[in-house]
Amino acid sequence: MSALAQPTGSPAAWPDTYGDEAKPRMGFFTDTSVCIGCKACEVACKEWNLIPEDGRLWTGESYDNTSELGANTWRHVAFVEQRKPLKLDGGGETAELDAEPLRWLMESDVCKHCTHAGCLDVCPTGSLFRTEYGTVVVQEDICNGCGYCVPACPFGVLDKRHLPRKADDAPLSLPLLGKKEDGRVWKCTLCYDRLKGGHEPACAKACPTDSIQFGPLDELRERADQRLEKLRAERWNGAQLYGRDPDDGVGGFGAFFLLLDEPEVYGLPPDPVVPTAHVAEMWRNTAIAAAAMLVGVAAAFVGGRS
Amino acid sequence: MNSDCIVIMGSNMAENHPVGFQWVMEARERGAEVIHVDPRFTRTSAMATKFAGIRAGTDIAFLGGIVNYILEHGRWFDEYVKSYTNAPVIIDDKYVDAEDADGLFSGWDPEKKKYSNETWQYMGMEAKASAGQPPKGEQSGHGGHGGGLSHGEPPEEDETLQHPNCVFQILKRHYKRYTPEFVSETCGCSVEDFLYVAEKLCENSGRERTSAFAYAVGWTQHTFGVQMIRAACVIQLLLGNIGRPGGGIMALRGHASIQGSTDIPTLYNILPGYLQMKHTDDAKNLKEYIEENTAPGGWWAKLDTYIVSLLKAWWGPFATEANDYCFDYLPRIDDDNSNYWTVQQMLQGRVKGYIVAGENPAVGSSNGRVNRLALSKLDWLVVRDLVEIETAAFWYDSPEVETGELSPEQIGTEVFFMPASTHVEKDGSFTNTQRLLQWHFKAVEPKEDCRSELWFYYHLGKKIREKLKESQEDRDKPILELQWHYPTSGQIEEPSAEAVIAEISGRDATGQALAAYKLLRADGTTSCGCWIYCGVYAEDENKAARKKPHWEQNYTALEWAWAWPANRRLLYNRASADPDGKPWSERKKLVWWDDEQKKWTGTDTPDFEEEKPPDYVPDDDAEGPDAIRGDHPFIMQADGRGWLFVPQGLQDGPMPTYYEPHESPFDNPLYAQRANPARQVSTVDEDPYNPVANEPGADEYPFVMTTYRLTEHHTAGGMTRFTPYLSELQPAMFVEVHPELARERGLTHGEWATIVTARSAIEARVLVTDRMRPVKVDGRVTHQVGLPYHWGSRGLTTGGSANDLLHLALDPNVHIMETKGLTCDIQPGRRPKGAALAEFVTSKRDRALRARETAPRVEPGSERST
Repeated sequence: MSALAQPTGSPAAWPDTYGDEAKPRMGFFTDTSVCIGCKACEVACKEWNLIPEDGRLWTGESYDNTSELGANTWRHVAFVEQRKPLKLDGGGETAELDAEPLRWLMESDVCKHCTHAGCLDVCPTGSLFRTEYGTVVVQEDICNGCGYCVPACPFGVLDKRHLPRKADDAPLSLPLLGKKEDGRVWKCTLCYDRLKGGHEPACAKACPTDSIQFGPLDELRERADQRLEKLRAERWNGAQLYGRDPDDGVGGFGAFFLLLDEPEVYGLPPDPVVPTAHVAEMWRNTAIAAAAMLVGVAAAFVGGRS
Repeated sequence: MNSDCIVIMGSNMAENHPVGFQWVMEARERGAEVIHVDPRFTRTSAMATKFAGIRAGTDIAFLGGIVNYILEHGRWFDEYVKSYTNAPVIIDDKYVDAEDADGLFSGWDPEKKKYSNETWQYMGMEAKASAGQPPKGEQSGHGGHGGGLSHGEPPEEDETLQHPNCVFQILKRHYKRYTPEFVSETCGCSVEDFLYVAEKLCENSGRERTSAFAYAVGWTQHTFGVQMIRAACVIQLLLGNIGRPGGGIMALRGHASIQGSTDIPTLYNILPGYLQMKHTDDAKNLKEYIEENTAPGGWWAKLDTYIVSLLKAWWGPFATEANDYCFDYLPRIDDDNSNYWTVQQMLQGRVKGYIVAGENPAVGSSNGRVNRLALSKLDWLVVRDLVEIETAAFWYDSPEVETGELSPEQIGTEVFFMPASTHVEKDGSFTNTQRLLQWHFKAVEPKEDCRSELWFYYHLGKKIREKLKESQEDRDKPILELQWHYPTSGQIEEPSAEAVIAEISGRDATGQALAAYKLLRADGTTSCGCWIYCGVYAEDENKAARKKPHWEQNYTALEWAWAWPANRRLLYNRASADPDGKPWSERKKLVWWDDEQKKWTGTDTPDFEEEKPPDYVPDDDAEGPDAIRGDHPFIMQADGRGWLFVPQGLQDGPMPTYYEPHESPFDNPLYAQRANPARQVSTVDEDPYNPVANEPGADEYPFVMTTYRLTEHHTAGGMTRFTPYLSELQPAMFVEVHPELARERGLTHGEWATIVTARSAIEARVLVTDRMRPVKVDGRVTHQVGLPYHWGSRGLTTGGSANDLLHLALDPNVHIMETKGLTCDIQPGRRPKGAALAEFVTSKRDRALRARETAPRVEPGSERST
């Protein structure tokens, strides 16, 4: 990570900026090997955070009608139907008509609360900030809806809220902080308000099987390593950690995952890199290009005279 | 959680019981085998260590196969079977097995289409019928515990299990044909999958290990639902898995307190605590009622104390010995009187008024059209619910209004909608799957004129009493003398739920709370609203409200809430110890005999008389609990044993045997008798049946159909389709089909399909998935069509009601409908609209039924099977 620039708000500044108020970095370990796809996390998140309905569109994508994370969906359960055995040495079904056993993967996705958060780097208003818990939060009263953070997120988590404006649109049933028009950016806060009150985030609280585990990141990483070891010993097919590694392109996730297949199977980028990692290089290249152009132009003039 | 192997069958536990499923996941993490046997690959299958797919409705073939596997390979738990079950008991030699009579047990009356159970009795024992009257057929669902025994011990037994007419040998012969190949050909699973399940169950049973079954309405909702559950009982008794930690058969409940609503019944045929409701034909007085319903041995012998205490709770000082404790005030049933019977009566204009609470029959009941047409024949209808559900709106918003069969102008029914408060707006208890009463506290006041059930019925009762107060009529006395005084609080005068549970729990003559049901008396000195709940409110404490966390107590958590009866967490837990009272193994110990203290002890409350030693043998004239031996754990049975063979209490045979569902594309591979001969069929024209098996016309409805729930919605949708956060998660009615069926029928993923039966047609979006697997049965590939049943015409998400497709053929024991296995057709495209819908359904049906007339099926059990 030494290659990365250290932009404002990055872990270099945290937790020192909080002085005595600094807390251990908190996060999620989402273990998909015990996720039953009940979507209680999606609902609990919406209930607690007063998030508006995200539309009633039937997608036909297995049992997933939410499709992706967005301004109005901060937890999203992906459903993947596969012809693959759950374990490397059997399990599943051996009926004559089914050549390969069926596997149904479920994964509750969420904002990764990256160590090097692109969204945070590009936010011009300071609306996005890193909390004393090391999490990344949008302050809704500061966000001006510029949207710079949207393309800065390698996971497509950051999203502007668009409210229905057509007359025949269904009325929204929830109070939206007194505003009809929005246009601001919304995402998981890792329940910053609940953390301040000493509670775990709503999704983790609601999860019946402890697929979503909340705690100090160091502890979660240790737990995840042990879990991976156990699953590998039990020969689970494709078990791997995603975002646990502090040396990856975003410096590791604050909310990381145990997956049962490659990340792209779940719609996750296999090798996410914070876009601002290239800022220094981009400026350097720009400077070189500019210099080269200047030289060229100068040469043209010089040449013209000759 | 303590199981070594969990078989989930007839249940989609992960989806429909996600909170309870955490314990299954915990067991899996500790290394337990988790097996799911189901027609569909569901979220439960995804979590299981093994999935075996079967054809919908063939579970008894699969379970019977396991019984045969256990018996053929000597895998039963010998000591348990010999001591704790009725395996050694010799059965009347006039008994004829269904295997020897082409699918009919002895005692079949083809005229009445009913069994008489005289020949199913223990040898040398007069049926109870000679002493009094047998329980009426419609009352047998929760009864039959006496077993026809005149005293505790059966007269003839063979401890060696060799006598040809002992239960063990009868069982062996009965299941002989349930070979792995038979299972595979009938259920459509592979032989290997079946053997895997059977072997895992056997491996994980015995002294050191235990296995559990978990089922839900995937078993109950069949024309032989009770027998499916019975089949699991036979397995669990043979393997010694009842009354032991990690064993048992979990009846998963689909609502927060559906267990509670059978304990304190919303059922027509029982009184609180599973006491029989009176019938017009029997029990002229209390003495006769007690004689007719009391068992000679076990705790049902104390029935007099339960019924008298109940009458005292209801009529208090008015109930005296002189007036039979107001026994005459109890209403009597005069016929079947069950739900679907009532609806059929209603359809014929014989029911005037109807109160519907916490139910949405217009969407949730079988054959929705019959239900809605029936509602239109009422004088008045009261619907209590959170929102204006389809049942309340049927008169202006229903498929029949669309087709023109009904119009608001012509419907005479006066409909009253009464808004109900939710569970967070009132105090009360939920009784869950585990018989645990858990208290919930009001969090917020109900909004506007929403009111709790307690409020509604209490104030309704008060108003009725006010209107009747001048009455001198005898018929009004039961209402005027009823104990109907509960403290109320707040502006809306909400009655105290705690006062109600205290009354249910019971008091002695001084008003002191009773600690346990064994203290109940038949002399009028005690009152108790439900004997099995006795002690839930004791020592000035509402024990249902105890919330001591699990980390402050052992794993049985006896101080978390309260379980009926007597806070026992595991029923029949005497069976967790061997006949001598010692734990079967250290690993599976729970309750045992402490020889020094001379009493039963352990980590659970013993489900046995505390001081009865294991070597206790009753005298011949012993009665009640005293008639139960010290090594017989099943204290609610007259003989103290688990029944592999049921001499009394079932309408359709003493042992489960294989029948096809009422509607299926196949013949019965075992018998000429295709379906359950004792099943109830409806009598109304509006409930026609699809031709079946090889009948001409059956090809109009060639596919197997099954209905189910999704995690995201609750039953008929009243609580979820009106909620944005849940509606968006499953926003449309859909039908699940396999890619091959989609190809065969021209169905396109994401487009529309029409599903049709002889009753109706609905439309749904097509979800093509490998999870909806075809089965190879009898050499031919058959497709299964999967339909969630949550939708109706109202709410944020609307869609066709799958239950409109269902019929009203019922299980004979409990009158439940067959939602889980029937036949249908599926076609691409949306259904016809308006009057064209009725025409579409009728023309297809007429075609099918005309074809059937050319060669209708005749079965041994009846003139016509369908």
